[in-house]
Amino acid sequence: MTTVVIQTIGRILVPFIQLFGLYVIIHGPVSPGGGFQGGVIVGASMILLALSYDLSSAEARASHKVRIAMDSTGALLFAGIGLVALLAGGFFLEYGIIPLPMAPAEVRGIFILLVGVAIGIHIMALAASLFLHLAEEHEI
Amino acid sequence: MGILEFILMSFLVILAIAVVFARDLLAATIVFLVYSLIMAIVFTQLKAPDVALTEAAVGAGITTLLFIITIAKTTRREEE
Repeated sequence: MTTVVIQTIGRILVPFIQLFGLYVIIHGPVSPGGGFQGGVIVGASMILLALSYDLSSAEARASHKVRIAMDSTGALLFAGIGLVALLAGGFFLEYGIIPLPMAPAEVRGIFILLVGVAIGIHIMALAASLFLHLAEEHEI
Repeated sequence: MGILEFILMSFLVILAIAVVFARDLLAATIVFLVYSLIMAIVFTQLKAPDVALTEAAVGAGITTLLFIITIAKTTRREEE
C-alpha cells in the first residue's frame, strides 16, 4: 500500500541513486567503491521502485529476461577480460602483460575499470533479482 | 582509542545483544539495520571506505529488505 508522497519521492530519488551507482562503478579504480558496491546501489534503486510503486512496475523496467541477460553478460565479460591476459601469455587477470602502446600501469588501470564495469552489470541484475524473485506472490 | 570509537563500539555490543533477545522479528531486523550503519561508521573510522560502502549498501539496504520480505511471508512473532 503506497501513497502519492512515497510514489513521488521514489520517482524523484531513483534516477539520482542510479547516477550515483554508475559514478561509483566508473570511479572504482581511483576512489572508494567499485563494481560490486555500485552494482548493489543500482540494484537497490530498482528495489526502491518496487517498494514505492508495486512489483509489476519494477518488472516492467527490469523484466526477468533483461535481468538474466545482464547477469550472464556481466559474468561472461568478466571471464572474457580475464582470458585476454591469458591470450597475451600471462596468467588469468594479469593485465600488465597485455601488449598495448601504453605504460603497463595505464593498461592495468583500463582493464581494472573494464572488470569493474562487468562486475557492476552482473551485480545490479543480481541484487534486483534477489528481491523481486523473493517478493513474487506465486512462486518462491 | 578515542571517545568516539568507545561510544561506537559499546553501541555495537548493546545492539548485538538487543538483536539476539528481541522477540519481535521485525524489531530485530530494524535493530540489525542500525547495527550495520554503526558498523559502516566504524569502518570509515578505521580508514576502510570500500568496506564501509559495501556494509552500508549490502548490510543496511539489501539484507534488511530481504529479511523484511521473508518476515512478511512467514510469521512476525517468534514462538514462545
